[in-house]
Amino acid sequence: MADKRERDEVTGTDTTGHEWDGIKELDTPLPRWWLYIFYASILVSVVYWVLMPAWPMVNGYTKGILGFSDRVNVAADIRDLQSARTPMFERLANASATDIAADPELQEFARAAGESVFGDYCRTCHGAGGAGAPGYPVLADDVWIWGGSMADIEHTLRVGIRADHPDTRTSMMPAFGRDNLLTPAQIGDVTEFVISISAANSRLDANNGAAARGAVIYQEQCAACHGVSGAGDRAFGAPSLVDDLWLYGGSREEIRRQIELGRGGVMPSWEARFDSGTLRALAYYVHEMGGGEPDAPAAPPATTDAAAPAPTQDAPAAAPLR
Amino acid sequence: MWKFHKWFERHTLILLVGILVVVSIGGLVQITPLFFIESTIERVQGVRPYTPLELAGREIYIREGCYTCHSQMIRPLRDEVERYGHYSLAAESMYDHPFQWGSKRTGPDLARVGGRYSDEWHRAHLADPRSVVPESVMPPYAFLANADVNASLMPDHLRANRLLSVPYTDEQLANAAIDARAQAEPMGEHAYDFQERYPDALVRDFDGDPGRVTEMDALIAYLQMLGTGVDFETYQAEAPENQR
Repeated sequence: MADKRERDEVTGTDTTGHEWDGIKELDTPLPRWWLYIFYASILVSVVYWVLMPAWPMVNGYTKGILGFSDRVNVAADIRDLQSARTPMFERLANASATDIAADPELQEFARAAGESVFGDYCRTCHGAGGAGAPGYPVLADDVWIWGGSMADIEHTLRVGIRADHPDTRTSMMPAFGRDNLLTPAQIGDVTEFVISISAANSRLDANNGAAARGAVIYQEQCAACHGVSGAGDRAFGAPSLVDDLWLYGGSREEIRRQIELGRGGVMPSWEARFDSGTLRALAYYVHEMGGGEPDAPAAPPATTDAAAPAPTQDAPAAAPLR
Repeated sequence: MWKFHKWFERHTLILLVGILVVVSIGGLVQITPLFFIESTIERVQGVRPYTPLELAGREIYIREGCYTCHSQMIRPLRDEVERYGHYSLAAESMYDHPFQWGSKRTGPDLARVGGRYSDEWHRAHLADPRSVVPESVMPPYAFLANADVNASLMPDHLRANRLLSVPYTDEQLANAAIDARAQAEPMGEHAYDFQERYPDALVRDFDGDPGRVTEMDALIAYLQMLGTGVDFETYQAEAPENQR
């Protein structure tokens, strides 16, 4: 490698003066436009250091004179959002189903808010439009396990089912087969009896002898929750057995399997995640899916308040970003 | 100047040392201060080290490449906070080795998935995602329910994490293999001791198969605690030291 810079005859440019086995290297200058952009970038970065958070220091970092902060910005965004929504949500938090139905603006708001939350949180289990799935109740029909008035639905949303909320709705069907509470033959008899009292009898055609034996066992073991006639009891979340709708499947085998295993689903409690207005919107949305029941006629606002304790208290206290 | 150039170009070793010096300046300036800046990790209440079963679940999460589609980082943006909940804090992943941050979201962010679905839903979803989410493109992981958790590996995993300054106690280390099973056996003989060692952990049969502690138990235990640690009642999001 020699250090002789010389002018290349063909291009008229200087060489770097390096030479490897007769090969020389041109020292072509950088294009002007490129060079100026490069200098401008350096300048921009210096300006950026001054304006924005940039350099780490020993015990902190340079904050920049604009004071930019993602966390401040998002908090402001959320505050704006909340202040835009608050008037509607406050109206909603104090509105009954009939109030909402009488107010088209509120109705539209509740439906939109409910739909958005439902799509994100509820649809994964209950299906689009509340169509349900095996083990996850259909919300679009008029069959309710824990009650279908707006107050009932909202209470279920707040406390969940077999969830970690202290007041959660809870009940447990025994696993008659798995825990050997009944013999397989007895379970077969009860299955026939359940089919015989249900609307499924027309397609499954219960065995009358077995059903008669099953009736005795049913009255001892099942009637306390599901009712003497099998009509179910919402106080225990015990579904009706007289219709032909089955949470865990309506074939003879599936009905039997439920008696054996006593499955009960879990729904999370949503009280901590959503404010009162959102919960009311969600309750309204579910209520309007097709099968909502009217609120209890005696003093509707009072029952709403009792079922949903202090709906206005927790809204501002909850962390503002949740 | 020109002379130094020649010197570097002619001696590979000197060139190598020169490169190392230049590159490490960048590293030193960018990385070193993070270890000393007070505000890097927020002061929060409630974040605890993973239980052995959760840690096993985390290993499965990494092994199966869940991170290639799911991030665990809610960014401080309005739409993300609206959808997923409070933006993620650095403190929430302080016991993560390695962390699972990212913005690659073929699937939704999982930073706050804990408590959002029931165990049963997770079982159905992991075994056959399309059985509960018809439009899902997630592959099925039904085999997790048939694979027992390798509890005997957990003491080593805990030890490795302790080397990385996760504050496991000697007692937690000594009982890691027992605890890995105890968390999924609420009626088991060690359930009480487990809860003494990990007071905030969920103890239940996550996979609905009471006889076994499977990888499904581990993964669901992990998913159900994600994002549930920080006590947001006590966390001061608006405090100046937490604003950046």
